[in-house]
Amino acid sequence: MHDGAHEKNVSNPVSDGKGGICAPCSLEPYTGGSREPILRLVDVEKTLDGRKVLDGVTLEIPRSQITAIIGLSGAGKSLLLKHMIGLMKPDRGQVLLDGVDINRLSRKGLYEARNRFGMLFQTGALFDSLTVFENVAFPLREKTEMAEEEIRENVRRILRHVGLEKAEEKFPDELSGGMVRRVALARAVVMDPEILLFDEPTTGLDPIIRNSILNLICRTYHQDHFTMVMISHDLPDIFHWCHHVVVVHSGKVVEVGTPAEIQNSINPFVRQLVDGDIAGPVQMM
Amino acid sequence: MILSIAEALGSRATRATRSVGKMGLFLGASLARAAVPPYRGRNILKQVHFIGVKSVFVIVLTAAFTGMVLALQGFYTLRKFGSEGLLGSAVALSLIRELGPVLSALMVTGRAGSALTAEIGIMRIGEQIDSLETMGIDPIRFLVAPRLVGFLLSMPLLTAIFDVVGIYGGYLVGVKLLGVNAGVYLGQMEASVELGDVTNGIWKSLAFALLIAWVCTFKGYFTRHGAEGVSQATTSAVVVSSVLVLVCDYFLTSVLL
Repeated sequence: MHDGAHEKNVSNPVSDGKGGICAPCSLEPYTGGSREPILRLVDVEKTLDGRKVLDGVTLEIPRSQITAIIGLSGAGKSLLLKHMIGLMKPDRGQVLLDGVDINRLSRKGLYEARNRFGMLFQTGALFDSLTVFENVAFPLREKTEMAEEEIRENVRRILRHVGLEKAEEKFPDELSGGMVRRVALARAVVMDPEILLFDEPTTGLDPIIRNSILNLICRTYHQDHFTMVMISHDLPDIFHWCHHVVVVHSGKVVEVGTPAEIQNSINPFVRQLVDGDIAGPVQMM
Repeated sequence: MILSIAEALGSRATRATRSVGKMGLFLGASLARAAVPPYRGRNILKQVHFIGVKSVFVIVLTAAFTGMVLALQGFYTLRKFGSEGLLGSAVALSLIRELGPVLSALMVTGRAGSALTAEIGIMRIGEQIDSLETMGIDPIRFLVAPRLVGFLLSMPLLTAIFDVVGIYGGYLVGVKLLGVNAGVYLGQMEASVELGDVTNGIWKSLAFALLIAWVCTFKGYFTRHGAEGVSQATTSAVVVSSVLVLVCDYFLTSVLL
């Protein structure tokens, strides 16, 4: 995936562009990672209600790096994420996790493959009948043989990490939007997955809360070096928070590159998206 | 013109067939998950509490008044033929064979079935079911199977409660209010009710339990289009379950009689 760009990116990942320090969370950048993709989508097609929503998408998600997927609403970004984790099956094409097509796995195999993922939904998707503590403890209780004491320890450690140790008895409807996303992040990482998928983790949040969520994601990345895939509308801010950018339009990948490459793209659609122009190939009215 | 009518009919038939097939597959998957361990005992117990224990009050109330009105109507009808003594068996047989299983099923559909559809529907539109999937947890095993088992365990017990309370309601009206001899009321009942009547009632209640759990979880599981979708799914679940209970009752009666 864009070798030269990658080299440039690796020297300055998750950066403010002023010397390799991750400005928003003030942590040293992670310069490891691997160009070998952990996930590959090959010629993926999907039609829903007679409309082709994914049209021959071929895409690689590099291991241990942050990939942002950007595009207009309805472009197919969330569908891409759902295909990556096997929530949707493509009509054609392959979704390869370390070379294995997840759509050819048995139900049991697919559930095992999903153990390698954590996902944060746009709405948080917390279980509304469970407290914050129970929500975070849920995957540990359901998927492991861990003793209750160990579960308590793990959950409290993660809640401390997301700054919610005092909210563990609250129910989701008693939390603010930012708190819901932080709990969802805690739940997504509690099983120590390899790949974290974020579906618009900051949509609908005010700028301060949004930055605190991105900061938390960034800190989590620096701590554990998960492979992260993040759908975002936070342009141009998102360019500071990722190594790679994928631009999606009308179910197709129109450009892939580093944040710098995307910002300097000459593709008219990408230019319009990055600059937020009303005039351009996409006419809204 | 004729072609377009044929196309529309064909399209409808295809949709209906697909929908029935989808429901069939869903039922098969739910039964398979319910039959194979792990059984999630605590979750099943929670469902028995919600579906069964919490329905007891409405079942007792409905049963008491059903028994009472049966006795009232039965008494004046039987008096025309000078057979008031048969009141006990008329009330008991009506309740045990028909009204107990059917009315319990309709009450539980309204109280627990609708809530179950709404709960699963909200989980669907709130992406909580997708969230389970992403954690590698099978939502049918986790959400549907315990509810199905909960219905299967609760319905026969609720039906039994309905029968007993209904018979006692009939006793109160027939014996205490209208003056039928208590010994005759109970004696006739004992003489006319056979074990087969009771087991038929239990078979019916089990069939209705399966039907309600199936329809209500299916409607909730495949809810779409936000809050309005949840409301439509809930209404549809109650209507379809109730109608199917009555239709199924006819066929079961004709087979079991």
